[in-house]
Amino acid sequence: MSDVRIITGNEAASLGVKLCEPKVVAAYPITPQSALAETLSRYVEGGELKAEYVRVEGEHSALTVCISASTVGARVFTATSSNGLLYMHEQLHWAAGSRLPIVMCCVNRGVGAPWSIFNDQQDSISQRDTGWIQMYCRDNQEIIDSMIQAYRIAEEVYVPVMICYDGFVLSHTMMPVTIPDIESVRKFLPPYKPHTILSPEDPRTINSVLLPVRRANPEGVLCDGYMEMRYKLQAALDQSRDVIRKANELFAHTFGRNHGGMLWEYMTDDADLILTGMGSIAAEATVAADILRAEGVKAGVVGIRVFRPFPKDDVITAFGHAKAIVVFEKGISYGYEGALCSDLKAAFFGTDSKAPIHNYIAGLGGRDVKPRELVEAGKTTLAAVEAGRMNHEIKWLNCYTG
Amino acid sequence: MGKKDTNISALCTPAPGEAGRTGDWRDMRPVIDETKCIPTTKGKAACFLCWLYCPEGVVKMSIPVEIDLEYCKGCGICAEECPPNAIQMVREGEINE
Ligand code: SF4
Ligand code: SF4
Repeated sequence: MSDVRIITGNEAASLGVKLCEPKVVAAYPITPQSALAETLSRYVEGGELKAEYVRVEGEHSALTVCISASTVGARVFTATSSNGLLYMHEQLHWAAGSRLPIVMCCVNRGVGAPWSIFNDQQDSISQRDTGWIQMYCRDNQEIIDSMIQAYRIAEEVYVPVMICYDGFVLSHTMMPVTIPDIESVRKFLPPYKPHTILSPEDPRTINSVLLPVRRANPEGVLCDGYMEMRYKLQAALDQSRDVIRKANELFAHTFGRNHGGMLWEYMTDDADLILTGMGSIAAEATVAADILRAEGVKAGVVGIRVFRPFPKDDVITAFGHAKAIVVFEKGISYGYEGALCSDLKAAFFGTDSKAPIHNYIAGLGGRDVKPRELVEAGKTTLAAVEAGRMNHEIKWLNCYTG
Repeated sequence: MGKKDTNISALCTPAPGEAGRTGDWRDMRPVIDETKCIPTTKGKAACFLCWLYCPEGVVKMSIPVEIDLEYCKGCGICAEECPPNAIQMVREGEINE
């Protein structure tokens, strides 16, 4: 029995959270996330979600509430956007360093200054190095499904997960979404088992200062120092790739929808030209690939679903044979290039892939990007490569840079 | 010793010196003049403002008042707060008390 509803990305996220049955929700409203925070508070108030909704005065506190509740054994959820996410920055590191399986949504929005309420991905991209797993969704179905996978992944590897989806483009756009049934979700997602049980009878000091050296604890056991603890976080992210792939496979088996594990591919088998990106722009690139195919260009798309941990092996297989690669990014590492572009180049270094990579910075602050424009970008890149120009390039799409 | 640390986040049972001994990098130490210290001169529990204000909890509410120099960081707050100025901060190594 399937339950299909025509809903926005924020509604899909809210229903996904409800299905995962968190015990504590703390979120501070910010455009374009607001409808998600509001819907969850309505679920809690109406008794549809048996959770405590903690009202906070800002995002730093929202995540701090989640950190505290997760530490004492509750499954938790928060969500934010843009400057709200930046305000959480310190606690993002804290959540990952404490190895708490918090799941949050980042409804992607450009960051100030200057102010913009519209979509790009600079907010989550600039939190890349906080130790969180980052997943980017291409449509509303993937939002609800990724939510359910995210808790399973987070609670298996004890690393927090950020589910990113484009503000307005997905958050406020309606599309048909199949709602999973609660019994199957409960089977897929076992109850949260905290890695540390806190109780007044057996107290613990958590995250006290660690020194540069390893040293004995009060019981005389030689304990890891700061650097060992940081290594454990990196090792957990490295191991999470397999957990992410397996969660996706099990999800596909249970619910009949496969979103790709670390990435997804569209007509890449014989593609000379591969367009790539994260989130809705990658979905839009499939429309561009269809147009290019109709015009006789062998084009395909790779959608990067998980940005951290980076799918370093998956991209080599997925892009291996392409002659030219175009990376569309709704964000930039200022002073260099798009962060995804840099990571792809690094992954290809030393492999057989010599394909030039053209990086298009696109859609910042909601600047419209049409499939036609992705088609033109792809054609320009392929023409340059076929003319023997093998250098990498970076361009700003639809932007007056003169 | 030798047991592997299986914790994935940093934690320990609450105990003095969780962050290691701090006394070794102190460069000023508090020295109590017992002829001025109120509880010692009166012979009864009184004052103990040094105990109250010490941010490290290393002052013992006893007669005479004792300070655990393994963990005293030498901040001088006790000396600042002591009503009869019974605590002097002296440079480490200068006076061997
Ligand atoms: S010097 Fe500071 S740490 Fe030491 S006993 Fe006085 S108040 Fe406590
Ligand atoms: S504050 Fe001064 S007088 Fe009071 S107990 Fe401490 S050392 Fe003695």
